Amino acid sequence: MSYQVNEKGYYGDFGGAYIPEMLYPNVEELRTQYIKIMDEPSFQQEFNQLLKDYVGRPTPLYFAERFSKKYNTKIYLKREDLCHTGAHKVNNTIGQILLAKRLGKQRIIAETGAGQHGVATATVCALMGMDCIVYMGAIDIERQAPNVARMKMLGATVIPATSGSKTLKDATNEAIRDWINNPVDTHYIIGSVVGPHPYPDMVARFQSIISKEVKWQLQEKEGKQNPDYVVACVGGGSNAAGIYYQYLDQEDVGIIAVEAAGKGIYTGESAATSALGKEGIIHGSKTLLMQTEDGQITEPYSISAGLDYPGVGPMHANLFRTGRGEFISITDDEAMAAGLELSKLEGIIPAIETSHALAIFKERKFNPDDVIVINLSGRGDKDLNTYIDYFKL
Amino acid sequence: MNRIHKKLAEDKKLLSIYFTAGYPALTDTFKVLEALEESGVDMVEIGLPFSDPLADGPTIQESSTQALRNGMTTAVLFDQIKDIRKTVSIPLLIMGYFNPMLQYGVEAFCAKCQEIGIDGLIIPDLPVQEYTEHYKEIFEQYGLSNVFLITPQTSEDRIDEIDSISNGFIYMVSSASTTGAKNSIGEEQQRYFDRIAGLGLKTPQIVGFGISNKETFEKATKTTKGAIIGSAFVKHLTAHGVDQIDSFIKAIR
Repeated sequence: MSYQVNEKGYYGDFGGAYIPEMLYPNVEELRTQYIKIMDEPSFQQEFNQLLKDYVGRPTPLYFAERFSKKYNTKIYLKREDLCHTGAHKVNNTIGQILLAKRLGKQRIIAETGAGQHGVATATVCALMGMDCIVYMGAIDIERQAPNVARMKMLGATVIPATSGSKTLKDATNEAIRDWINNPVDTHYIIGSVVGPHPYPDMVARFQSIISKEVKWQLQEKEGKQNPDYVVACVGGGSNAAGIYYQYLDQEDVGIIAVEAAGKGIYTGESAATSALGKEGIIHGSKTLLMQTEDGQITEPYSISAGLDYPGVGPMHANLFRTGRGEFISITDDEAMAAGLELSKLEGIIPAIETSHALAIFKERKFNPDDVIVINLSGRGDKDLNTYIDYFKL
Repeated sequence: MNRIHKKLAEDKKLLSIYFTAGYPALTDTFKVLEALEESGVDMVEIGLPFSDPLADGPTIQESSTQALRNGMTTAVLFDQIKDIRKTVSIPLLIMGYFNPMLQYGVEAFCAKCQEIGIDGLIIPDLPVQEYTEHYKEIFEQYGLSNVFLITPQTSEDRIDEIDSISNGFIYMVSSASTTGAKNSIGEEQQRYFDRIAGLGLKTPQIVGFGISNKETFEKATKTTKGAIIGSAFVKHLTAHGVDQIDSFIKAIR
């Protein structure tokens, strides 16, 4: 059994392309072209060169000695926070903009929640001299002013999504509507492993560089390519897909997915999709999502803007349903404490999204000789205001 | 043969109206349907509101949001229209996104439609492949016509495929856009209409998106069987409520 996507675009029961006919030509073009283009030697050469010289890859695999000692196990951190723009998101935007160029597109659109994917998209559009329009929920624009300013400096146009709940899911709706209205010259850079096939697989492939590097880096440090566990936070799930990718079908490697419980799973203010979601369709993909009994999509909550997506990528929905992945949910308070703890023990201030993955050790016990690789998906600079407010710094 | 097929066989251009169920007020659904029948409309698409209507522009989005706030659900809609066939005889379709139907249960949804006297479904985000593999038999078992969309970008091969599995009419989207985004039928659209007319499809075509008044209705129906007015009618409901439906329809033909 494989946990990769099948030829119809499904991970088990999840995935597919539930899109209006207006999007069909665009999505079909991508579906028939993406692997072909990604396999071209010239594409590979340009992609790898940019990852090295522009993004700063390979990112270090760092043995967190003091953090490991505290929890009496061996914890490695994959330092995606050291990527240009401060998170793993740029791996995907570099890949997609190179793809868009080869498809002859001149205009790039994207959605963003906290602004990280928007910044990563605006960055590569500046790099390639392409027009960039970023849709962002009107409420998120207020909450994430520094990232809005970054996008503007990078030359992007930020358009507020004022429909529905005015957050990430609505920004995604607006980006899709833009694509419907501009079907010929525009490429939509989705920021996570969500959306209609082939997006989940395409984004996972671009992010798979993370686990590809872990394999040889761990070989150097531990004399083996496979850790006992790979751990990541999951909103839509792109950083998780990246660190799981090479290990999906290697069952000796445990997969741990950490979701945001918000104020507690059953408080009504949570983003723990695996616990609260039901099978349904969001943004063109059949997956687990938070919804009313009547099938209306609901608004999740997390202190971390990057995790409050009401769905989860179809790869992860399948990992959950099949039991291949172990799903843990972490509250706001637990995540904030873990973020502060890593800062003090290792001198690394993580993004609050990532802090969720760092918080599992209070509950989940590991053996002293277990080797655990956590994807340190982003740095905490963007979250400083939230940390300041929370800890009264 | 359901009401849609009989209507399509009539020798006239069909005027079809879309409105959002439960809008402007929750209990307006029935009133709007009766008023539309009385005013001489040929067919109605009843919009089942959804929180995230991807193919819709602001007018229909806002009406959907308001309808949901009013308390509209799938079960409420079915209850509101359970006796509709006592007073309304024109073909009725439900137009909505797939997730609410999936949650209701696709078979239960279809069975309920048949029980009430709904003739067809338009589900923009249920793709052709999923429909033919998983749902075609169920829809047909309950006598429902499933209506697919085509756009100016749809390839001729795909139009042929859609033509072959269609049972009712093809919903011809007039331009690459969300609903209510464009208000005119220009030369580009006319060329597209002519191109489709030249394909000799077995399934009649009805044009939607961008039809808002007498002029656009007449242009859109020159080579097609009919046209659908959605956003413009919803705007009229927003401005005038349910009492002046007749004047809106009479202004079109």
